[in-house]
Amino acid sequence: MGKAKVKPGPLGRRPDNSAFKQQRLPAWSPMLTANSVLPFFYVMAVICMVLGVWLLLTVQSTQEIKVDYTDAGTCNVCLEMRKNVSNAAKSCSCTVRFEIQKAFKGDVFFYYGLRNFHQNLRRYMDSRDDGQLVGKKANLKNPSSYCEPFSKDPSGLPVAPCGAVANSMFNDSFSLTYHGSSGLTAAVPLLRRGITWYTDKNIKFHNPKIDNLTLPQVFEGTAKPLYWQRPVYQFEPLDPNNNGFINDDLIVWMREAAFPNFKKLYGILNRTNKPFKNGLPAGNYSVEISYNFPVQYFQGRKGVVLTTLTWFGGQNYFLPIAYLVTSGLILLVAVVLTVVWWKFGKNGNNMQE
Amino acid sequence: MSFFGLDCVRKRERELERKLRANDREFNLSFKYATNAIKTSKYNLFTFLPLNLFEQFQRIANAYFLFLLVLQVIPQISSLSWFTTVVPLVLVLTVTAAKDATDDINRHRSDNQVNNRKVQVLIDRKLRSEKWMNVQVGDIIKLENNQFVTADILLLSSSEPLNLVYIETAELDGETNLKVKQALPVTGDLGDDVEKLADFNGEVLCEPPNNRLDRFKGALTCDGQKHPLDNEKVLLRGCTLRNTEWCFGLVLFGGPETKLMQNCGKSTFKRTSIDRLMNVLVLCIFVFLGFMCTILAAGNSVWENNQGSNFTVFLPRQDGNSAAFTAFLTFWSYVIILNTLVPISLYVSVEIIRLGNSFYIDWDRKMYYARSDTPAEARTTTLNEELGQIKYIFSDKTGTLTQNIMTFNKCSINGKCYGDVFDYTGQRIEITEHTERVDFSFNPLSDPRFVFHDHALVEAVKLQSPEVQAFFRLLGLCHTVMAEEKREGELHYQAQSPDEGALVTAARNFGFVFRSRTPDSICIVEMGQQRSYELLAILDFNNVRKRMSVIVRSPEGKLCLYCKGADTIIYERLHPSCSKLMDVTTEHLNEFAGEGLRTLVLAYKDLEEEYFTQWQRRHHEASTTLDDREARLDQLYEEIETGLMLLGATAIEDKLQDGVPQTIEQLSKADIKIWVLTGDKQETAENIGYSCNLLREEMNDVFIISGNSPEDVREELRHARTSMKPDAADTEPMPGRTLGKGVKVIADEAVNGEYGLVINGPSLAYALERRMELDFLRTACMCKSVICCRVTPLQKAQVVQLVKKYKQVVTLAIGDGANDVSMIKEAHIGVGISGQEGMQAVLSSDYTFAQFRFLQRLLLVHGRWSYLRMCKFLSYFFYKNFTFTFVHFWFAFFCGFSAQTVYDEWFITLYNLMYTALPVLGMSLFDQDVNDAWSFQHPQLYVPGQLNLYFNKKAFFKCALHSCYSSMVLFFVPYAAMQDTVRDDGKDVADYQSFALLTQTCLMFTVSIQLGLEMWYWTAVNTFFVLGSLAMYFAVTFTMYSNGLFLILPSAFPFIGTARNSLNQPNIWLTILLTSTLCILPVVTYRFLLIQLCPTINNQVMFKVRQAKASPPPLPRRARIRRTSSRRSGYAFSHAQGYGDLVTSGRFLRRPAMSRSAAFTHVGRATGFSPMGRSAGYSPTGRPQNAKAPDVEVTSLQMYRTINDPAL
Repeated sequence: MGKAKVKPGPLGRRPDNSAFKQQRLPAWSPMLTANSVLPFFYVMAVICMVLGVWLLLTVQSTQEIKVDYTDAGTCNVCLEMRKNVSNAAKSCSCTVRFEIQKAFKGDVFFYYGLRNFHQNLRRYMDSRDDGQLVGKKANLKNPSSYCEPFSKDPSGLPVAPCGAVANSMFNDSFSLTYHGSSGLTAAVPLLRRGITWYTDKNIKFHNPKIDNLTLPQVFEGTAKPLYWQRPVYQFEPLDPNNNGFINDDLIVWMREAAFPNFKKLYGILNRTNKPFKNGLPAGNYSVEISYNFPVQYFQGRKGVVLTTLTWFGGQNYFLPIAYLVTSGLILLVAVVLTVVWWKFGKNGNNMQE
Repeated sequence: MSFFGLDCVRKRERELERKLRANDREFNLSFKYATNAIKTSKYNLFTFLPLNLFEQFQRIANAYFLFLLVLQVIPQISSLSWFTTVVPLVLVLTVTAAKDATDDINRHRSDNQVNNRKVQVLIDRKLRSEKWMNVQVGDIIKLENNQFVTADILLLSSSEPLNLVYIETAELDGETNLKVKQALPVTGDLGDDVEKLADFNGEVLCEPPNNRLDRFKGALTCDGQKHPLDNEKVLLRGCTLRNTEWCFGLVLFGGPETKLMQNCGKSTFKRTSIDRLMNVLVLCIFVFLGFMCTILAAGNSVWENNQGSNFTVFLPRQDGNSAAFTAFLTFWSYVIILNTLVPISLYVSVEIIRLGNSFYIDWDRKMYYARSDTPAEARTTTLNEELGQIKYIFSDKTGTLTQNIMTFNKCSINGKCYGDVFDYTGQRIEITEHTERVDFSFNPLSDPRFVFHDHALVEAVKLQSPEVQAFFRLLGLCHTVMAEEKREGELHYQAQSPDEGALVTAARNFGFVFRSRTPDSICIVEMGQQRSYELLAILDFNNVRKRMSVIVRSPEGKLCLYCKGADTIIYERLHPSCSKLMDVTTEHLNEFAGEGLRTLVLAYKDLEEEYFTQWQRRHHEASTTLDDREARLDQLYEEIETGLMLLGATAIEDKLQDGVPQTIEQLSKADIKIWVLTGDKQETAENIGYSCNLLREEMNDVFIISGNSPEDVREELRHARTSMKPDAADTEPMPGRTLGKGVKVIADEAVNGEYGLVINGPSLAYALERRMELDFLRTACMCKSVICCRVTPLQKAQVVQLVKKYKQVVTLAIGDGANDVSMIKEAHIGVGISGQEGMQAVLSSDYTFAQFRFLQRLLLVHGRWSYLRMCKFLSYFFYKNFTFTFVHFWFAFFCGFSAQTVYDEWFITLYNLMYTALPVLGMSLFDQDVNDAWSFQHPQLYVPGQLNLYFNKKAFFKCALHSCYSSMVLFFVPYAAMQDTVRDDGKDVADYQSFALLTQTCLMFTVSIQLGLEMWYWTAVNTFFVLGSLAMYFAVTFTMYSNGLFLILPSAFPFIGTARNSLNQPNIWLTILLTSTLCILPVVTYRFLLIQLCPTINNQVMFKVRQAKASPPPLPRRARIRRTSSRRSGYAFSHAQGYGDLVTSGRFLRRPAMSRSAAFTHVGRATGFSPMGRSAGYSPTGRPQNAKAPDVEVTSLQMYRTINDPAL
């Protein structure tokens, strides 16, 4: 025990009379009484109900179409082709058609989706070098050991960007075409910028900078990831703000998904020109896919998703329904509790010893 | 003791005999005996780190975390960064090390202080002042009055006649009465002649060091002659020299080999039942952890076979491991991830909570005793919650229940009763502080502290009534008290029993002042006139005789025998002519006894010269025969102590401590069983039992077991059982649960009505035998209270042990003396009453305070709260960590069982250390269901603790289930809500990092709200902790996810921007709201239903408090009901044989050769000694109550405060 300071005098060792030491601190002691619990339950039921209805209406106002193109349309040819590893370098494109029955109003977002692709495996997630991606020169030439076995190419050159995540980057590309009812065919313009988090684009990812050197020169002495067709500095050689590590597609891919089924933003409808000023008009559409990404290895599926958004995000019915169900449950429980309280505890009879 | 110390002891065990020679250092050094330096410290500067770390890693929890750390640095396994374990581990190790270091520094300090004390040592024929640590075996040292004895020494000579020394052994065995030791005459002749002492070359051959305080065997060879040595000639380290100017001694054992040090071995490490439960639970958790990891590893194996092998294109297996080996690695990875089931902070937090709750005990003003300036003290900080579970209290009587202050209260002289005060109507007045006291100023030698209220007695003395004079003359003559007169008129009595002290003091105040004694005379001042009586014989007290007599010759030459003793004994020996007086006196005796007073009957007899001379001759013969001496002496005593003339009776009050009956009543309302284990006689014990409410008149029956053979005892026990519960006589005890070693736990047996049990010494000895202990235990446990009389210290421990063995209950032993040490150490919790006797009981106790009545506050308030807090802490702590950890389990099914964590690593590191540590600590330090006053009003609140209701295996299981539910909600609701969702601007929010942040935020809210539900007492601090922790969580999270930290260490802070990008999304907050609601509502529902349908006692009392909305009215002080019983009281004598033997022994007559004029008792030394403790406790004030505090002058204000102390 700590040394008690001993005051002089006959009562020298008497403890202080403070509320803290005497455990008399003023306090609020709540108790689960009927007065507090029952109203709380009813109020919660109402809140959940309101939220549920509101969210349901919100979610219902979004429109979404999902097109699985793994083997749809002409893509089954490509799928078969990709099954053979020797064909990896060959290009293959295919087209998938779909119909939008009701026009998508407002901003329309174009996603690609993967199913059963485990971006959340521990060793997969770790297999990246954030130091390299933020442009640290040391890491560029000497990637972190976490990137193994994708840190050096067979000839011993460091890989940029290293690691399994970057290596397995999704590399299909899409072009969306609108087939209007009047036989009009128009390519749907997609904005391919601004699809990343601001923090990712501006802070987390940086190209290494060396004065007076161009990007290819900076990356000299590094190898492209094994499965890539082009090195990282050739994503978009004409646009320095979308090339190298700060390429939007790379950044989107590098934000690993939490679950094996996920979708990632590919582009946003450019609404400057007709007929897309108000979104996507109803009608037939086709997507032409440059089919590169092999999904047969992991029994996966891939597809594209077109959706409109609200403040609540995409079309996920879980929360509204969950709120409605919860509200019902709470209401039920509240009634039961009220009955129990009425029968047993109303007059405090149950509190008699 | 240090390792080295233990080594020494071990080495010395081989020593079979100790040989040493005085004044011959070289000779003695050859044996390598330990020097007098002691070392209780464990470490020095260099050994601290390695030794301390070694010790810390012996603790299973620390070792476990070290093991985890090793796992984590294996890259194939490491599923978490090393810092998640290192940070907490280092923190814990540092805190513990710092605590150990301060403890050790303190030990170093006290070691140094002791080792550097100075003592005079005879070196090179000169006395030199030396440090204690330099004293060696074989040295001759000189001790002076009031000095501590340096080492175990053989007494050589002393300043006192007959080479006597007086020592106080309080520090050694706790007894404060002085003990006498005597040197051998052959060494005594050395005196203080340094030359002679330096020439002394005696050789001692004695037993090797051991820890027996009461025994010593050895021999001194000097000048060719062999003298036997025994305990009487040895002074032990730790004693204090008193009343003796100086003495010389030969060092026999030094430092670690002294009996004191050999006795203060490590006291047994006590652990609470919660500790034991926690260990079991932790083991269960480990098993469960293994089970979960196995499932996950199996899952991993399946996944790797079905899917993972296909995924190897994107993520090749490490070093080409097979799926099976990957599964094996996964097992260990999951061990790391799920280790938070048993977080290291559990143990630290538990210690902090106990420490905090111990401080509350230290700080409690209502457990502070102003008169002796003694606050309560928690000497052990690890047993607090056990205080809330006590089922059995074993209490000492003297000094614990009673004040050990004897006051001469009443007397009956020649058929007239004195002591009561009547008003003019003849009504008896209750004596209070304000009743007018008798003024003794007519007597210059009176003791100012003596209080008496009945003026009639003084008048009778002044009127020179012969009976009254004879009465007090007897009290002044017939005793073995020693007097000491420091200054003229300032008398101090040194009595062996407080009863005697009280009687002699009474005589002193009524004008028969015992002034001094020599072996053959007693000098008393009778009404101002000094008279010297020739002391012819002392027929000393012993347990069988139950009386003592003296035979004196008055200055006038009249021979007289004065006798005092137990009523029954004296009555048998009275002259028939006293029969009338006997009847009256018996009436008075009954009255005294009914008030719980200790009585004694006085009688005298005039002797004829002739007869006495003849008797004396026979007495001399008898006392010189060798065989059958005792019996022959007894017979002679019996012969002369007949035909006595009755004088009257005295009544002495053995004052109870304040509030004892109320405390006992409160405790028994709390369903605590109180057993009093006392060394006193049955009558005394029974009396005290009644006066302190332990036994009550309204009890159905009080059984008295006093059999003299095992069969008798068994029969009596059986009989008692039958009358309590007719069908319980011969049935086997109800088989309770079987304990580990095949020992059955005896279940409590319900009986109708209240019973008491009194068992005396011999019966207890039989009852504690193995084949009868169950009978005894069953019977005793059916009774409400049990009193065991004539109990030896060992038996005290045995009784405690018995209850501990067969009953799964928590026991508490409370006592104040050295004889209680064994039971204090044996019981789960030992409480020492401080400031009464020596420090021994206090030193071996876990809690100390000054008054018995504080026990109810310790148990009903502090203990109950501590238990409540600890249980709440544990169940909440397990809940929060299980919930935290189980989420990983569910996630495993979605991440290919790859041991990916759900949360950010920093969150995992800080969750237990920062985010949730303070709120739960706050709850465990401040929570209370109802305040202390209500706790006293409803002692039943204590019962759940005894039954272990708040936290047990079932509660643990429930909280694991609850966690399971919560973790499912915490994982699946965010999972479903985030699946396929994007931000309102279409960007990612279903990514791993956002999901991690969402889940951990949900978790933080859930556990915070859950804590809010647990907490019953929201102080500002609690509120601050809860809200502050949430705020801190966000602050730290935003900092961790900030640009700056990321740019400094990109790989350590990869979550950059996650908080900013996802916490601004409404759907994230809606998910948090839904998750929290779903987690909390079932709990509220369940609790509300419980309160409505089967409310606990806590709920009921809290409800009452709410209704009262005010603090309860102060407890009505129950008027003490005077017992009107005809129970005869005990008698007032010391327990042991008196000084009589010494006083009359022949040794006295043999004066030492040295010329010492001072007669034995006329030494007017200014020794500064004042009698203390049991030996002289006949006055309520003016003696140091606490050895630590010097004399405390009691001011009137203080007295007032003490009396009006509202604690009771």
